Amino acid sequence: MSQLNFNESLIFTKLKMDSKEEIIRHMAENMVEKKLVKKGYTEAVIEREKEFATGLPTGSLSVAIPHTDVKHVNKKSISIATLREPVLFGVMGDDDTTPVKLIFMLAMDEEHSQLSLLQKLMAIFQDDELLSTIHQEDNKTTIKNIIETKLDLTMQEGELNV
Amino acid sequence: MSKQKQVLVACGAGIATSTVVNNAIEEMAKENNLKLDLKQIKIAEVGGYEDSADLLVTTAMTKKEYRFPVINARSFLTGIGVEETKKQILGELLK
Repeated sequence: MSQLNFNESLIFTKLKMDSKEEIIRHMAENMVEKKLVKKGYTEAVIEREKEFATGLPTGSLSVAIPHTDVKHVNKKSISIATLREPVLFGVMGDDDTTPVKLIFMLAMDEEHSQLSLLQKLMAIFQDDELLSTIHQEDNKTTIKNIIETKLDLTMQEGELNV
Repeated sequence: MSKQKQVLVACGAGIATSTVVNNAIEEMAKENNLKLDLKQIKIAEVGGYEDSADLLVTTAMTKKEYRFPVINARSFLTGIGVEETKKQILGELLK
């Protein structure tokens, strides 16, 4: 299993943006610059989000998990953004929209093989208190530590690209 | 024993969400002693199973009408309403 790239430079706090396209572009271009994903990743995520929305209404604040095909990815990585004001995303599998305040952008490099990582991620989405803690936090290292603990990444610290 | 049911699990890009849903259904089948023919696919590939599938469980929106029931699986990701969704799926599998 390849290592997961996740650190402070992939975390954005209290972003002020007007549209989901703007947010996706901001986060994805950062990953392109770091060569974690290929140039086409940004447009591919934007297009995929139009066709298959990824907004997930959770208990109190909604989350979105924009992602796309593995072919656009160089290195498995996750980027996180918290938004100052909620931005509307389409609801996954639905015609509705939902006001999203937390974005988890996923760049997965293998199909079907990251079950435990995804399950741990979904466990975060199901923890209302944790989501609002992350949303209110200004310190990127604190956010990084929370996510790492929840994803069990600390167990493989040596492999982490910090 | 009746014929093994073919269940399609699909999401848009076939990477993230369907993996989680696929696993949840596998566990559910085990708990209930059901043998399933589970296919994890992309939503665009559903057409290829049009004649053989018994059920489609998906996180992607589908406007198309199929001859088998379609169940939305978003609850497996958010945890909200997951018991209801499981009941729905089990209901279809036990038909």
